[in-house]
Amino acid sequence: MSNAEVEQRMLRSPFYPRQAELDMLSAWHGWKGYQAADAFYCEDMEYFAIRNSTGVFDLTPMTKYRITGTDALEYMDRLVTRDMRKVQPGRVAYAVWCDDQGQVIDDGTIFHLRDNEYRLCSQERHLDWLTAAAIGFDVAVTEETADVAGLAVQGPTSFSVLSNMGIKGIGELKPFGLMHADFRGSELMISRTGFTGDLGYELWIEPGKAIDLWDALFEAGKLHGIRAIGTHALNLARIEAGYLQAGNEFLPADLTVRPGRTRSPLELGLEWLVDFKKPNFNGRRALAEEKRRGSRWRLVKLDIEGNKAAHNSYIFAKAKRNRAAIGFVTSAAWSPVCKQNIAIGTVRAPHGAVGDSVWVEVYYQREMHWSRVMARATVVDKPFWFPPRRGATPPGPY
Amino acid sequence: MTEKYDAIVIGAGHNGLVCAALLGKAGKRVLVLEANEGVGGAAVTRPFADGYSVSACAHLLYQLQPEVTKELGLRPRLAADNIDTIVLGDGGAHVRYSADGIKGVGQEDADRYRAFQKRMQRFAGLLQTYLNKAPPRLGTRDRQSLFTLARLGLDLRMLGREHMQEFLRVIGMNIYDELVENFDSPLLKGGLSVDAVLGTHLGPRSPNTILTYLYRLAGNNGRVAVPAGGLGSVSEAIANCARDSGVTIRTGMPVSRILVDNGRVAGVETESGEQFPSLTVVSNADPKRTIMELVGARHFETRFTHRAHHIRMRGNAAKLHLALDGLPTFEGLDKKDYAERMLVAPDENYVERSFNPAKYGETSPEPVMEIVFPSFRDESLAPTGKHVLSAVVQYAPYRLKGGWTDAAREAFRQTAIRTIARYAPDIEQRIVASEMLTPADIEREFHMTGGHWHHGELTLDQFMFVRPVAGAAQYQLPLDGLFLCGAGAHPGGGVSGAPGRNAAKAILAREKAS
Repeated sequence: MSNAEVEQRMLRSPFYPRQAELDMLSAWHGWKGYQAADAFYCEDMEYFAIRNSTGVFDLTPMTKYRITGTDALEYMDRLVTRDMRKVQPGRVAYAVWCDDQGQVIDDGTIFHLRDNEYRLCSQERHLDWLTAAAIGFDVAVTEETADVAGLAVQGPTSFSVLSNMGIKGIGELKPFGLMHADFRGSELMISRTGFTGDLGYELWIEPGKAIDLWDALFEAGKLHGIRAIGTHALNLARIEAGYLQAGNEFLPADLTVRPGRTRSPLELGLEWLVDFKKPNFNGRRALAEEKRRGSRWRLVKLDIEGNKAAHNSYIFAKAKRNRAAIGFVTSAAWSPVCKQNIAIGTVRAPHGAVGDSVWVEVYYQREMHWSRVMARATVVDKPFWFPPRRGATPPGPY
Repeated sequence: MTEKYDAIVIGAGHNGLVCAALLGKAGKRVLVLEANEGVGGAAVTRPFADGYSVSACAHLLYQLQPEVTKELGLRPRLAADNIDTIVLGDGGAHVRYSADGIKGVGQEDADRYRAFQKRMQRFAGLLQTYLNKAPPRLGTRDRQSLFTLARLGLDLRMLGREHMQEFLRVIGMNIYDELVENFDSPLLKGGLSVDAVLGTHLGPRSPNTILTYLYRLAGNNGRVAVPAGGLGSVSEAIANCARDSGVTIRTGMPVSRILVDNGRVAGVETESGEQFPSLTVVSNADPKRTIMELVGARHFETRFTHRAHHIRMRGNAAKLHLALDGLPTFEGLDKKDYAERMLVAPDENYVERSFNPAKYGETSPEPVMEIVFPSFRDESLAPTGKHVLSAVVQYAPYRLKGGWTDAAREAFRQTAIRTIARYAPDIEQRIVASEMLTPADIEREFHMTGGHWHHGELTLDQFMFVRPVAGAAQYQLPLDGLFLCGAGAHPGGGVSGAPGRNAAKAILAREKAS
């Protein structure tokens, strides 16, 4: 078997030819069957592109479903925990969906494209669940991951880049809004969404126009520091933004075997997404019961003293003896932009109230030898990174 | 909006009536809405030809629970009781058996039959205890559930080590293997095969057919009766009992949907658009229809509707009614034998072979039949000197290849008559009029999804704790105020009244608890 054949075992995004030209590290990983870059040349530089100029991330491997039909709204409304009647056409909503036991299957974004038409984007694949959920509804659920090429264009100069591209009306696009523009005879959909917690957009187009879009974007961004970024840079940005990632902060309930290893939205700090005023949605009965009885777990955002990232650390209530772990860190990083040692973790209720002090056991390695420190950490409420430009409409030019 | 009721029962099938009567006796104001013009659902007597009437769906009584008759003060009038089963043989060499004994087989088979019956009756007796209780809910701290569960374990253990092991061995098994191991007589093996598979989408070699056999025995030890005036008279008696308890029964009122308001039941709406408010709605309709059509998937959760959608309930039995100008001549039968139950099942392989085409959407070229002459002891059903033949004919799959067209129905009618003619050659000369009800007709007339008599196949995956589906086995559906009381709920089909009685108890117990 030749190397070429081995490479072909993974799907390639339509942007791959351009990414391959930029690639200096050959650091790729699999993302739901697609070949995706860890980084192209330097993950630190790529990260700083997100925070200081514009980073471009290939979203094509993101799982996408199209939900259409006269019952589409009813269907979405039962599927997710939030009230979908409030999400008008032309708007995007972050949402979470649960099994009948109220345990999170996944989170994702729902694009209300038009009346009776939605796109649901998530990390995991869910055709089985979405199809089962469609029984009794007049809807069609179509997997369209490969039919739509996507780019996340994120960072302070992203508005300028898109303006430069000549996209009219981009200045009026509000956070979680979506618009359609013409791109060389094809429909380009732009949403003001992202996974970085910064000013940013996501661009969606038919795969045949992918290369043209990439070229136009990079041409328009030449003087605005536009750079392709890989998954590592994006992951750091999302931890700063306090976003959850399936597989880290929770395990998809339908892929979890051991009892007690799943999480409910209430245990993930997503109670604001659960609308108990809705008479019915999947998981409602179980979640109402959980709310009555109390949750088992609580998601915490931690501001940790010191500068050693608390990867995979146990969390304790007390630093000294007679201690039992109350939880563990699920994502951790030194945040360059916040100059903070940050982490997201899960602790047993009732620990982890906002303002609580907890202790994190950090292991780190220096020249082969391991060391351990107990670092004090404070439970914080707000995302670590939330710049005013993220919510400003129109966003300022940088 | 009119008068307010404590409970509305959808469907005046016999279970709906039992449930309504018991709720009425407990002082509830109950309204029963029935789609058809008469009460009874599938336990109904109706004319099918000028001067001839017949029990249009179920035609024998063998499961009506003593608990039900006692609590309602019912005393069904029987035209014949404890009738024999005659498995028709060629040349008049028939085998005849009942719960008490057997004739027409060798001594060895006769001895083994008695031993087999004893063993099966013991297991059926265990099952019988649980027909008249709600199945325990698993994974709960509810005391009643834990108690019933513990009791079930204890009862199993009390069978004794040997019998418990035997019970656990056979409960999931097919009846074919058991019959072949025990008996020589082909007719006996054929007849018992039919007893196990009647009204199901199963052949004797299908797993789980010992369970269906035991279920049949559990009703009344396998004792079969013919009610005077047909099965409809039983329903009428229950309906009268319900009316005496203050229940209002309105017929010709098909319910089109169950009203849901803010996550709970609020009443029902009929096809004419009339609304009846009530905080308790009890559905005698089958679970699939109740959940997916009358309420709608949007009011339940995904895995639950997924399960409900997949309830296996495709009927496979047709019903043949013949109006005869006299009794046909069966070789080797005395006149009085026409009061008995006759089976066309020459051997166990015949039954399995007749099932084979059904798997592929075709009817049996040589069907299995259960034949009775209800008019023989009941003159109300036919003009004097004339007779009615009522037969269950298997297999006739609901999803017939090409659909149940008039031509398909006619072809199967002729197949059935030809099959009878094998034993009663003069049958065709006797026919004045006839009617063939295919599963599609049964679905239309009795409003049963898939034309399935038992509102869902009685198999281990749709039995007890998971009948009709997990999350609804205790009569209450996961929608506040909504209950099931029909054959789709525990214990299952047959004119037993048990689901209706159990449901009424569950509704009353729930009210007491809240």
